[in-house]
Amino acid sequence: MSFDFHGPGLWYATRATGLVTLLLLTASVLLGILTAGRFASGSWPRFLSQGLHRNISLLVLAFLALHVGTTVADTYTSIPLTAAFVPFASAYKTAWLSLGAVALDLLLALVATSLVRKRLGHGAWRRVHWLAYACWPVAVAHGLGIGTDRSTTWVLALSMACVLAVLATTTWRLVTAARPGPAQ
Amino acid sequence: MTATRPLAVTRPLAVTGPALPAARPGGSPGARLPRLLSGISAERMAGLPGHERHYGPLPEVARSPGRSGNRPRGLRPERLIDIVEAAGLTGRGGAGFPAGRKMRSVAAGAGRPAVVANGAEGEPASRKDRLLLTRLPHLVLDGITLAAQAVGADEAYLCVHGTDGAVLDRLDHAVAERRAAGLDPVPVQVTGIPGRYVSSEQSSIVQYLNGGQGKPTFSPPRPHERGVNGKPTLVHNVETLAHLALIARRGDRWFRGAGLPSAPGSMLVTVGGAVTRPGVYEIEMGTPAGQVIMLAGGPAERLQALLIGGYFGAWLPAEAAWPVPMTHAGLKAAGGALGAGIVIALPAAACPIAETARVVRYLAQESAGQCGPCLFGLPALADALAGLAYSGGRDRGIDDIAALIQLVEGRGACRHPDGAAQLARSLLAAFPADTHWHQRQGPCGGVGRAPVLPLPRDEERHWDWE
Amino acid sequence: MTFTLRVNPIACTGHGMCAELLPEVIELDRWGYPILVSPAVPRPLLAHARRAAQACPTLALLIEEKAGKRR
Repeated sequence: MSFDFHGPGLWYATRATGLVTLLLLTASVLLGILTAGRFASGSWPRFLSQGLHRNISLLVLAFLALHVGTTVADTYTSIPLTAAFVPFASAYKTAWLSLGAVALDLLLALVATSLVRKRLGHGAWRRVHWLAYACWPVAVAHGLGIGTDRSTTWVLALSMACVLAVLATTTWRLVTAARPGPAQ
Repeated sequence: MTATRPLAVTRPLAVTGPALPAARPGGSPGARLPRLLSGISAERMAGLPGHERHYGPLPEVARSPGRSGNRPRGLRPERLIDIVEAAGLTGRGGAGFPAGRKMRSVAAGAGRPAVVANGAEGEPASRKDRLLLTRLPHLVLDGITLAAQAVGADEAYLCVHGTDGAVLDRLDHAVAERRAAGLDPVPVQVTGIPGRYVSSEQSSIVQYLNGGQGKPTFSPPRPHERGVNGKPTLVHNVETLAHLALIARRGDRWFRGAGLPSAPGSMLVTVGGAVTRPGVYEIEMGTPAGQVIMLAGGPAERLQALLIGGYFGAWLPAEAAWPVPMTHAGLKAAGGALGAGIVIALPAAACPIAETARVVRYLAQESAGQCGPCLFGLPALADALAGLAYSGGRDRGIDDIAALIQLVEGRGACRHPDGAAQLARSLLAAFPADTHWHQRQGPCGGVGRAPVLPLPRDEERHWDWE
Repeated sequence: MTFTLRVNPIACTGHGMCAELLPEVIELDRWGYPILVSPAVPRPLLAHARRAAQACPTLALLIEEKAGKRR
């Protein structure tokens, strides 16, 4: 398997980086929910959830850049760079790729507002951050729908695990928020 | 199962009280008082003509020289501020901040300021502001207009609790009279604010006027820097403005003709509790607290203590309180607080712990609920006080109360928890024998007595913030 | 330059991250809200204080700079 721009090398890279991005994004969402839900234990302080959430989100950006880069560089499918940011800009698998673009745009908004959180103020930052609950499912849909690895069992299993993890953690968050009592 | 508290716990005063020194050597106070209240007549609704006849017309404040270049008539704005500063007028809303200095800093702020008159008397035991607004509204409105012109304001508000329809009507009528007479260059907007205790705090009023809820805000910025619509805002209690209205007419030397050199002028006090004639009285600053009680007809029963300064004030045993001069410095030195001039006489037959427990419960319910230490700390403090008042000896009650006082003080955005803490602390300081007795033995005979400290009934209370 | 810590009590929801990151200066009360043991931040802890302020989920921890006397 040669790594030339005509061979399947870039295609493998795209799929690999895409999958890693999804896993990291899921981890980031889980940690974000744990932070908001004030999860803590003897060995897991609150700042750990928040710190990891922040760092993993930046890692997501890094792998996303690789994912986009390998996709655009792959001449087998002529996907322009604009398709990474603008929906409906690609002729190849227009619908599913557009979802990817939407997820990326949302992610950029989340990260940008978080970097200037102090200047933005907590209220505005928080309202934008709700978009995370839109970003993640759109990214999952993009990954499943793009179809390349849909039939591969382990990829499917991994995606399902991500979905279950987020559902379970969200349920935990809703249940603990509904419980009355002072902040602890 | 209540036991009778031993009578020797505090020595109650006899009905007549000890002889007192006069506030000023030579000359009876009768000649200098009343000042503000001199215009209250048998005629219930003194309108604008009656007001001008009694106090004199509204002094003119010079505006910028007209096109004709003639010398402007009336007092120059800076001169009026000078006079207020020279008079030594301090805020009568509780904080006692020098009024002239406040006006000067607002006038020096960026842009045209706003003036807010705070007539929202949140304190249940205080009646003086309501008296001024219903019986002498023009005195207050004069003060607002003069203050507005002195600082160059282009907006003016008079805020009262929106739940008091009678006061609102009276004020609307008074403002309309003045509009017809062309008196106020800056129209005064009478505004009803939420009927909550903390809504009468100055940052709450500013937030409400800016379109938000009537809850306190975090400072900086302070209202005098940036308040209503982002402008430097002068917030004064209505009594302060009423004094200003008279100072502008009669000058600073006249104002200093009453009271003490360090605390000049007169003030309104609301006297309640076990006195023969509860009500609002005008006294010279520095009048001993005991003399205030005598003004109100003297004790109705044997007294054990005075609560001075309202529910953010402090308890003082009656004997210790009797000679203390009614000034901020004097009361502070005695371990108390002047506040907005509220004096409540506690009879010997009542239980100060039960009274304090009820008041702190009320204050806990009136928390804006924005700050954790207040939202959780005040109910805990109320529980601890109620436990000490009504439950059998746990031998730990006093320590709990002291610990909670430390926990709530200074950790809110406004002074609400501090006020409750100060009241509770003064209870422990003024009644060490009673509190230890309760801790060992449980409730005393006084807990069953009808409450002395006034609180609104549940049906009278209001719960919304907007 | 002296640095002091201040909590905006209205923004604070008792998350408690500040006390984890700056335990020398910040303790939590029985309801989870911060108590500033000493409002002044010692110079060696300044970086930790800044991190704590940045970590606060509601931006309730503030660091204020004041021009101090030169010794």
